[in-house]
Amino acid sequence: MKQFAAMFKARTMEFVRDRGTFFWNLLFPIVLVFGFAFAFSGRGQELFTVGIVTGASETAPDLLHFLEIEQIEFVEYPSVATETVVERLRRHQLDMVLDLEQSEYYVNVESPNGPIIEMVLGATGGVELERREVTGEPIRYVDWLVPGVIGMNMMFSCLFGVGFVIVRYRKNGVLKRLKATPVSALTFVTAQAASRLVIVVATSIFVFAGTDLFLKFMMNGSYLNLLLITTLSILCMISVGLVFASRLRSEELTSGLMNLVTLPMIILSGVFFSLEGSPPVMQRIARAFPLTHFTEASRAIMLDGAGFLEILPNVFFLVVLTVALLLIAALLFKWE
Amino acid sequence: METIVQVRDLQKSYGHVRAVDGVSFDIPVESCFGLLGPNGAGKTTTIEMMEGILTPSGGQVLFRGKPIDRHFKEKVGIQFQSTALPEFITVKETLEMFRAFYPDPRPMDEVIDICSLADIISRDNRKLSGGQRQRLLLALAIVPYPEIVFLDEPTTGLDPQARRNFWKLIERIRLEKTTVVLTTHYMEEAQLLCDRIAIMDHGRILELDTPENLLAKHFEGVVVRVPAGAEGNETMELVTSNLDETMKSLLAEQTNLDGLSIHKPNLEDLFIKLTGSSLRS
Repeated sequence: MKQFAAMFKARTMEFVRDRGTFFWNLLFPIVLVFGFAFAFSGRGQELFTVGIVTGASETAPDLLHFLEIEQIEFVEYPSVATETVVERLRRHQLDMVLDLEQSEYYVNVESPNGPIIEMVLGATGGVELERREVTGEPIRYVDWLVPGVIGMNMMFSCLFGVGFVIVRYRKNGVLKRLKATPVSALTFVTAQAASRLVIVVATSIFVFAGTDLFLKFMMNGSYLNLLLITTLSILCMISVGLVFASRLRSEELTSGLMNLVTLPMIILSGVFFSLEGSPPVMQRIARAFPLTHFTEASRAIMLDGAGFLEILPNVFFLVVLTVALLLIAALLFKWE
Repeated sequence: METIVQVRDLQKSYGHVRAVDGVSFDIPVESCFGLLGPNGAGKTTTIEMMEGILTPSGGQVLFRGKPIDRHFKEKVGIQFQSTALPEFITVKETLEMFRAFYPDPRPMDEVIDICSLADIISRDNRKLSGGQRQRLLLALAIVPYPEIVFLDEPTTGLDPQARRNFWKLIERIRLEKTTVVLTTHYMEEAQLLCDRIAIMDHGRILELDTPENLLAKHFEGVVVRVPAGAEGNETMELVTSNLDETMKSLLAEQTNLDGLSIHKPNLEDLFIKLTGSSLRS
């Protein structure tokens, strides 16, 4: 325990005192979040977006004028449940939903666009439709993005902060010197991992809290669940780093291999863009990445108010993967 | 005399290359044992097998009559040839970390005093000079009150002053009756510090004895060097026990004596004699 504490302390001080890395770890994600928040604060070309649940123009001759308005984008949802489409209305991704089969229309009374488009509908002959009200706050892109950016930062910090650093220690002889002391490999590795866990959890909280102060992210779930999924994801990514760190002694090779792993994760784990519409093969590959489970679960908590039971599959996956990776790393590990 | 380390037919092969090709020797307790040889002679490989860092391909190392066990690391101090220190932490923090590794470490003040670290105690490891680094590395080696200290080329790359200071540290450690094993390619260092010397080349031990015995065995008298060859750019070397006769015959042959040198043979001369090559080539 004394050995563990000594190495934990040394590694943590190394991180805090390495000012370049320290600020990079904190500032990079913050800049990214703010950058995207401003870049995507506007809307698309059309003034309004209306979702249409069933059928199209031919079933509603009295709506012809309304459906011809160019400033409105009409999105058809041929085989989607009404409730799913209405959910998008609640999140302000749509301004109105037309259910032509039921002769109903839905508006979100909390959306500033709602009353306007309702007037337009009334003026162009939609008077016979029955009115339904929903409520809900908007999801901005930045609400959706923030778990992605923090997840990506976590991934880099874990992989490079553990994997890369241990490889460097191996290359420059620090590991060899430690091998010559009574310290066991297990103590060394757990101290490194624990130090990194504390550092990454702290930076993630800092980045989230710091940006939340200004951007007021949507939070419909529990912070405790968010912390749980964050901690588990960090542990899992540290384990990925440890597998890299177990044998390699070339920093160049390690860097290359890490890019090989991190790049697909950034693309396929939905950090910046949703993968809902992507080919099923890609979605299946993405299931294997810890980052996917983090972005998925944390978005479910924050945006949909998911509880522990709903994120349980993600929790389970992360725990299993972490244990498996730690075993692999332990089997492969060599001081030199 | 009691033996602390016994090396028996130790071998290490890397593929077809035999880095260490069957070496055997005993190290008496409280002695200073020197492994001498040019680069690539197998010194580091040998000392690292003795430290338990490298696994031998053949033969064995016995510590106090028994194979190296897991408690061995608590009783030895090791200074490798090239070791990076953890970055962004100070000398004191480095010492504190290493003290935490051992069950019964030497008090901080004592370590600082022995290795003269007081001036640099709060300096970042990255800002140490070569001599200061070696002093810190030696300090780390003596933290556990080691029974034996292994030093692999501890003074290579140091300036003459720093090298002399380092020798004083080694002598100080020897006062505590610690056994010292060191590798070096500085003859002066071996002659000054070591009780026994093994001269290695090509993975084998060529000679093993005290410095005095080695010199007495191979040289009688003194070494005389005179310029030779048409342009005087070659050196003729004579070893003689009768300097008077030698000088007279040189004069009789009208040899040009400009640049003549006479000195008592040292280990360097012995090395050249044994291997036919200069130590540092």
